[in-house]
Amino acid sequence: MHQILILSGKGGTGKTTVASTFIALSQAKAYADCDVDAPNLHLVMGSFEKEQKSDYFGLPKAVIDSSLCIACNRCFEVCRFDAVIPGPTYRIDLITCEGCTYCLHVCPVGAIHTQPMKVGDLKLYERGEEHFSTATLTMGSGTTGKLVSEVKKQLKSCTEETEVAILDGSPGIGCPVIASLSGVDLALMVAEPSVSAFSDLKRVITSARQLQVPVAVVVNKFDMNPTITGEIEVFCFKERIPFLGKIPYDSQVIASLNKGENLACLNTPASNAIKRIYDKTLQVWKERVQQ
Amino acid sequence: MPTDRTIAVLSGKGGTGKTLVSVNLAFVAQHTTYIDCDVEEPNGHLFLKPSYVQEEVVTVGKPVVDQTLCDGCKICSKACAFNALAVIGGQLLIFEEICHSCGLCMHICPRKALTEVQKPLGIVRKGKSGSIAFLSAEMRIGESSAVPLIKALMKNKHSGLTIIDSPPGSGCLVTEAITHADFCLLVAEPTIFGAHNLAMVHELATLLGKPCAVLLNKTQQGANPSETYAKSHDLKILGSLPYDQELAHRTSEGLVASEQSEKYHQYFSQLLQEVEDASNPHSQR
Repeated sequence: MHQILILSGKGGTGKTTVASTFIALSQAKAYADCDVDAPNLHLVMGSFEKEQKSDYFGLPKAVIDSSLCIACNRCFEVCRFDAVIPGPTYRIDLITCEGCTYCLHVCPVGAIHTQPMKVGDLKLYERGEEHFSTATLTMGSGTTGKLVSEVKKQLKSCTEETEVAILDGSPGIGCPVIASLSGVDLALMVAEPSVSAFSDLKRVITSARQLQVPVAVVVNKFDMNPTITGEIEVFCFKERIPFLGKIPYDSQVIASLNKGENLACLNTPASNAIKRIYDKTLQVWKERVQQ
Repeated sequence: MPTDRTIAVLSGKGGTGKTLVSVNLAFVAQHTTYIDCDVEEPNGHLFLKPSYVQEEVVTVGKPVVDQTLCDGCKICSKACAFNALAVIGGQLLIFEEICHSCGLCMHICPRKALTEVQKPLGIVRKGKSGSIAFLSAEMRIGESSAVPLIKALMKNKHSGLTIIDSPPGSGCLVTEAITHADFCLLVAEPTIFGAHNLAMVHELATLLGKPCAVLLNKTQQGANPSETYAKSHDLKILGSLPYDQELAHRTSEGLVASEQSEKYHQYFSQLLQEVEDASNPHSQR
């Protein structure tokens, strides 16, 4: 299975819009939402025939048995995550506890044990031959990167034979993005023409290159600032990064998304631009895969 | 109106206007502290253009092994909850990228073969932009967790009004950033995506016991799913900022709207007042 990932560095640049259009155009049988922090792809993919939900457990977290705790303060002294709350008997803040178990090893009276913590839901949707893998993280949980890996693993396990999978990425450059990028054949970066989005774009391209993932760039809402769009094109040229096109600001996009329509069915300036970009993306991807 | 409050601006997703709102609130407030907590992709400096007075490297401890002392007993690798240690061919290997720096391995090594060295995680920058105290941090590319950087930023928090420009999402970085806030301003776009993300940060703020209110951004003609969400969840709407090509263009150039235009100066001054009133538990309004 080959994976094409849509990324952006900065959020809100149109990753999900581009990803959902690509999925419709390619009639993809396999796709996933890797933004487990704030997943959105399911909002525009319509209804599915089958939904399979499974609990996702992160690392077990520490729990203090108050009937045994002697308030000796040893656990507080060693915890580097500020997760131990002192008191007449000590408590663990389950939001900040990372499950390292250091406290458990130093407790002189064996008052600390670990308990499994459900930190999210892994979801697999099916419709005909289509498989859509996504997840939601429980509020206040931090194991985002691992959950992203689970989302990808789940997709792969049921669609191994499928040629191309389309992945909607997550913002930033931290653990969820690193997990999104691993094993990907092409990362298509959707940038906005602003000084801040350009700055984020450069950072996420560096991340992708460190992981040896080939990248390509498109600019969304390019007419918001044609000058910066030009700078991004020049940057791509100098860095030898394929620049695959520009999408205009299109007020019809918001209206159609809110109605749950896929842009692939529309004939508007933005949707036509994405269709052209899709063809070019496939070309670039094929060249990369054949290399 | 001197207040000692810390206001976090968040959105559940990037690109909704967190930085736009944060820098403008800081600009109209003056004599305030602006903290950019989006340490993965910091942008606040592009707008406030601070002059830096100090840069400081933030480090995290990572274990290193003295192979002459290690006998490959695997006690540390079995104890590590993050699988950051492995004994392969009798040699102990340490995978720094997945190490959470908890310190357990050093504690339990029976031969004291592991010691901790400090490795750079990122940079904290302290500066001034006019009368605004500016704080930001930048994570080194390739690192996975920036929580210690946010902790380091918060240590520098002064008294007085503080505006926190939060990271996107609702994960561990956001939780860390808003733990320090008295009030959360949730910025939301008028799309089904926006409403969904608003619901997520609303849930997070509620979980952490933080009072919050909404600013509707980029509003336009037609339905606004975020507004519908706010109304049906008794979430106070502090204002709406209509989509404006001119504002979008200025922002894309890195300009602060309230510095450029009297209209936006008035708008954000009013918003600041609303935020301060809403965040004041003793407010009569």
